[in-house]
Amino acid sequence: MSADKIDRHLMPERPANDRIKDFEEVAQGFSFEEAVAEAKRCIQCKNPKCVGGCPVEIDIPGFLKYLAAGDIEGAIKKIKEKNSLPAVCGRVCPQEDQCEKVCILGIKGKPVAIGALERFAADWERETKKLAGKPVSQLASEKIETGTRAYGHTGTRVAVVGSGPAGLTCAGDLARMGYKVTMFESLHLPGGVLSYGIPEFRLPKEIVKLEVEFVKSLGVELVCNALIGRTLTIEELFKQGYKAIFIGSGAGLPNQLGVPGENSQGVYFANEFLFRVNMMKAYKFPEYLTPVLMGKRVAVFGAGNVAMDAARCALRLGADKVSILYRRSRTEIPARQEEIIRAEEEGIEFTLLVAPTEIIADDKGRVKQVELLKMELGEPDASGRRRPVPVAGSEFKLDVDMVIVAIGNSPNPLIPKATPELKTEKWGGVIINNETATSIPGVFAGGDIVRGAATVISAMGDGKAAAKAIDNYLM
Amino acid sequence: MSNKIIKKEKLAYNIHLIEVEAPLIAKAAKPGQFIVIRINEKGERVPLTIADKHAESGTIEIIFQEAGASTKFLASLKAGEYINDILGPLGTPAHIEKLGTVVVIGGGVGIAEIYPAIKAYKSAGNKLVTIIGARSKDLLIKESKIKEASDELHVTTDDGSAGRKGFVSDILKERIEGKEKIGLVYAVGPVPMMEVVSNVTKAAGIKTVVSLNTLMLDATGMCGVCRITVGGKTKFACVDGPEFDAHLVDFAELRTRLATYKDKEKEALEHICRLIK
Repeated sequence: MSADKIDRHLMPERPANDRIKDFEEVAQGFSFEEAVAEAKRCIQCKNPKCVGGCPVEIDIPGFLKYLAAGDIEGAIKKIKEKNSLPAVCGRVCPQEDQCEKVCILGIKGKPVAIGALERFAADWERETKKLAGKPVSQLASEKIETGTRAYGHTGTRVAVVGSGPAGLTCAGDLARMGYKVTMFESLHLPGGVLSYGIPEFRLPKEIVKLEVEFVKSLGVELVCNALIGRTLTIEELFKQGYKAIFIGSGAGLPNQLGVPGENSQGVYFANEFLFRVNMMKAYKFPEYLTPVLMGKRVAVFGAGNVAMDAARCALRLGADKVSILYRRSRTEIPARQEEIIRAEEEGIEFTLLVAPTEIIADDKGRVKQVELLKMELGEPDASGRRRPVPVAGSEFKLDVDMVIVAIGNSPNPLIPKATPELKTEKWGGVIINNETATSIPGVFAGGDIVRGAATVISAMGDGKAAAKAIDNYLM
Repeated sequence: MSNKIIKKEKLAYNIHLIEVEAPLIAKAAKPGQFIVIRINEKGERVPLTIADKHAESGTIEIIFQEAGASTKFLASLKAGEYINDILGPLGTPAHIEKLGTVVVIGGGVGIAEIYPAIKAYKSAGNKLVTIIGARSKDLLIKESKIKEASDELHVTTDDGSAGRKGFVSDILKERIEGKEKIGLVYAVGPVPMMEVVSNVTKAAGIKTVVSLNTLMLDATGMCGVCRITVGGKTKFACVDGPEFDAHLVDFAELRTRLATYKDKEKEALEHICRLIK
């Protein structure tokens, strides 16, 4: 039987009625046998499309070849030549829209489970090294060849602002080129959205911690509780001797529904709700002192990955009913297919083709209802998706005691506000050229601060491109 | 080098001063700005106004009232101990300009928070009329320092145990009725006090600025918990504030939002009281 005739292996998952009782991880990862068998499905294309589908250009057939031969160490080394955060990417990348989308096996059957295999290799390395009591610094890492002065610039200092996916990738790559990197983080913990945004059940924080430790082991210094733009300015960083600066300061203020009642008690923006639950561990209140409301009937506006995360957190906090309210139809839902299915399995209700007109509060200012308007799909809009059009007179009310608004966010405003020379788009995004350089010489940027809300892996791709650009700039 | 408590002092009943090493914040802080602290790994992120700074020694002062779990916990710390995380300075600095006579009003623990503003308005060449008020004499703080920095100081207490019996707004009304032109009123204190002050000055058409103590979480322009309707638009206290035009602030909404975790706060306080016993 040829390789492409073997069915794609599915990662085991905890049953829905079990997993909604806690915040432990949902997907359980491949066994060694499953991983090897799945890796053998790769037909090792001479011109592998998958590599082009990966924003950080992992040599995918290369690592799968090692895995197919049972050499996991070889596989993880191959991955880490390009990607410093494989345990994260293996979990949260939308592979179905990237590497797996263009896998040749996908034409007639199902693509190789590249994401699950990346996760397997990263988890194996972490677990075996941990069992052997080895420090993170002994995890696989490869130096990166630089332009012309390979390793001749040890000691040149570069500042990386933000320790999310963009910052971690940029810092890791620069350190491997031999630069002396300081990574500034405004929050008390590193990781950015990996720490405050993505829930434990999708990305355990222990894994984020170890991936950060790995980047630190490459020689990156991490400074937490330093808000660039307030604690120190961009100008002060240059004065302190940093020769180049990467800004990866990430997400900013939430997009608003713009309906009356949005500031009522019990209305959260997704980032606040997720920050309380994930970063502050409010699900362990009062042992952890940060509180979070535990709504019984929860409405979530939006249908991206953040909306799914928020809905599933609300469910785990004890909600009886959680509804995703979305103004388009099922086809247009922007969240990953995998996350939609998991949310449905867990009992999240999807109310489609509705838009809010008002959030109604009781006499104490607490949310008690949302008023919705039915929509129908009209002609395609600028995004190519069919535009939702209100159905006149179709208003109806839904009883709720908590609302989560998850319709995106703008780039973080603080650095642009504190740095007038830094050019931005009208909507707040920092303007860069095609090599990630901003309007200020020596200052580069990437991730959500440039793109608005994007994915972990696109931010990592930006961080990687910026590291190359900074190396060129400093040459 | 950082985050070590070098001085702890009880200023009044349940009101404490902590001086802590934070050299970068001491250097960068401007009047009107605040910090966020997290006492330990399980702590919440708590916003506190910077009451004073000492750039030479690299320290800042915070003054707080024991009200909830975190402030109770903070009050149990001693000199020599450390605060896990301190982030700052946060918020947009106060807009200081020469306006002639400036009336600065502090109520309750808000008295501590007006000191940097008094100094800044004074050095910008304004005549400083300061009014401070508390429930009773035992709750008055920083009186001598504030008196020194102001041209005039008026004190009120609810029970008459110090200064005039009554409210800060009583003295404010008298000043407004007088002949002297008031360029600006700047008020920090409990929400009802700021609202009363705002109503008084609105009727008289005097520009008034209040510093709002909204809920905060990341305080870096991301989560949106600090939002408040100002002039019919949603503003974010950590980016656009914490100071706003008092006459445009929706105080009723502020009160509602501040009460979000009332029940949870009791539970947290009981938990902390068991821990620090």
